[in-house]
Amino acid sequence: MRNDDEPSAAADVEEPSGAVYPPPGEAGPMRLMGWARRRLFNTPANIALTLLCLWFLWETVPPLLGWALFNAQWTGDPTTCREATGACWALVGEKHRLMLFGLYPYDEHWRPLIATLLLLGMLGVSSQRRFWHRGLALAWVAAVTVMAVLMWGGVLGLRPVDTTLWGGLPLTLLLALAGIAVAFPLSIVLALGRRSDLPVVRAVCVGYIELIRGVPLVSVLFMASVMFPLFMPEGVTVDKLLRAQIGIILFTAAYLAEAVRGGLQAIPRGQYEAADAMGLSYWQKTVLIVLPQALRIVIPPMVNQFISTFKDTSLVTIVGLFDLLTSVKASLADPEWRPFFIEAYVFAALIYWCFCFLMSRYSQRLEEDLMAGTRR
Amino acid sequence: MHPIKTVFAVAALSLAATPAMAGATFDAVKAKGFVQCGVNLGLHGFSAPDDRGNWSGLDVDLCRAVAAAMFGDSTKVKYTPLSAQQRLPALQSGEIDVLARNTTWTLSRDSANGLNFAAVNFYDGQGFMVPTKLNVKSAKELDGATICVLPGTTTEQNLADYFRATKMSFKPVVIEKNEELTSAFLAGRCDAISSDGSQLAAIRANETPNPADFVILPERISKEPLSPAVRHGDDQWLDLVKWSLWAMMAAEEKGISQQNVESFLTSNDPDVKRLLGVTEGNGKALGVDEKWAFTIIKQIGNYGESFDRNVGKGSKLKLERGLNALWTNGGLMYAPPLK
Repeated sequence: MRNDDEPSAAADVEEPSGAVYPPPGEAGPMRLMGWARRRLFNTPANIALTLLCLWFLWETVPPLLGWALFNAQWTGDPTTCREATGACWALVGEKHRLMLFGLYPYDEHWRPLIATLLLLGMLGVSSQRRFWHRGLALAWVAAVTVMAVLMWGGVLGLRPVDTTLWGGLPLTLLLALAGIAVAFPLSIVLALGRRSDLPVVRAVCVGYIELIRGVPLVSVLFMASVMFPLFMPEGVTVDKLLRAQIGIILFTAAYLAEAVRGGLQAIPRGQYEAADAMGLSYWQKTVLIVLPQALRIVIPPMVNQFISTFKDTSLVTIVGLFDLLTSVKASLADPEWRPFFIEAYVFAALIYWCFCFLMSRYSQRLEEDLMAGTRR
Repeated sequence: MHPIKTVFAVAALSLAATPAMAGATFDAVKAKGFVQCGVNLGLHGFSAPDDRGNWSGLDVDLCRAVAAAMFGDSTKVKYTPLSAQQRLPALQSGEIDVLARNTTWTLSRDSANGLNFAAVNFYDGQGFMVPTKLNVKSAKELDGATICVLPGTTTEQNLADYFRATKMSFKPVVIEKNEELTSAFLAGRCDAISSDGSQLAAIRANETPNPADFVILPERISKEPLSPAVRHGDDQWLDLVKWSLWAMMAAEEKGISQQNVESFLTSNDPDVKRLLGVTEGNGKALGVDEKWAFTIIKQIGNYGESFDRNVGKGSKLKLERGLNALWTNGGLMYAPPLK
């Protein structure tokens, strides 16, 4: 530790000089110390930063772990929770069904549970590139049918369940995935339209994108849910869930379209010209040459938008739909449990984080796979 | 006719047709076989889903009472949870038949917003809660206090108005979420917390380590008469909603409860006979079965029972009757004669 660049009053004190680094080939702990000295304690500023970080971790991590794990109350009621010093996970144990499934009839919770597991299973299978063939499309059709039957009921002796009662995690997943799945093709059409040579098509696409991007999602949802029925004759109602879903699709498509357009513009002019030179039609050129390259480029901004859409679904609370976050809030209406709201929000945050993190990791892997030929 | 003109004519006709059609809420409800009731996303004691997703509360009981009167079955209700922003448009657009979502009766809502308020089912008012150890006995002693309050609602406005009117000063601590507001107050960030009296009582009963350490000051700085509401345009439907509530109050006044209602069928009191439909006439006037009020009392109970179960002594909120006692007990709950 040489601090001799400091013009201190203690300059007359003889500092030990010589080897700062351990000689090569030292044993494990010594090597670690050497690494620490080189990387963490090499300058006064770094020493200060390292100590500050260590102090910060020391102050935060043990209390956090103590709260979340060691002193936590895993079972019991509000009274035992009040006495405990840690988190009250008993709240999640007590209310998890309301949190996860919202207002869906209690005795029928197995239906959204199976539907959700099926959906997650299908997503897992679809994420493997070796399953990417025609059979997968058929499997999706079958799976969506099964999920719809489970959620709606009304056939096979299943009790019919109105969409107004759907809620919790299944609703959040539905809004997000259906939103993404429908908005994606729509966004490609919009992006192509915006770069079209036909003035009317271009004007319509630009108008749509700018209009929707110019307003917050909350306004779109509010228009869909509140203003729209005012224009309808009394008694005529369009399913509230469908209205919110369409709102999310329209909104997501406008944002995605701009991401896709970025990809289209990144394709070198030569690619277009080469395709034209080969006599390909507009659609052949677009589908075979341009889009495969463009979409590969825009994976990062697109996944960014997917993650954003997933989290934005929590805004449907404004139109009275019981998505995951609203269900969690509803479980806090019980005044006895309300003091433990942090635990409830942590639970919701963990679920959101898991899904967003998975999306993010998967997109990175996909990017690496698809970019194998052009990695720089 | 010119096509454009036709479009306008149809549009004008459909606009003109709205008031005539709007008289049909009563018939529409009867035809579809259930009451579509707009409720809160979750306000304990008024309308909130329990762990099994079943709705309960004072407002929910009103919805059930209307269904009992209309169909003889209090379960014929579908609930539409509504955020504060969408509750009025939902009623105006016909998405719901009755709004029972702790909504304050005000002039502008009653007129310009096209609603009709039926009858007050809960008198609330904004107040203050302070720690007992501050030894504050009245809101008039709160000069210079820091006060925890929710933003953007009428609550914040009422608070500012009150302090301006009484020429006192205060420092607001504005916190968005109810739960965080409460924990900020309990952690001592403010001298007092201001909210509706019912909410303060709920916080005191459930969220304080020891309720005796906190006291709710006697002053009420705003009037919050909460009432179910219906759309303009169907007086018969409005009548049914208000008399369903008043029948529950009349029953309490006569001492008729869920348990003893059958024994009152043989009563000689002419008021009771009319209420329970032994003397016919009320049901026909409202357009429902003569047993309508009997069914309400049998299936839901009288107003006092509903109050105790949802917000009163038998509930987690532990509210006093106060203004919500019957007029005979010094409160404001007063049903006009059912004759």
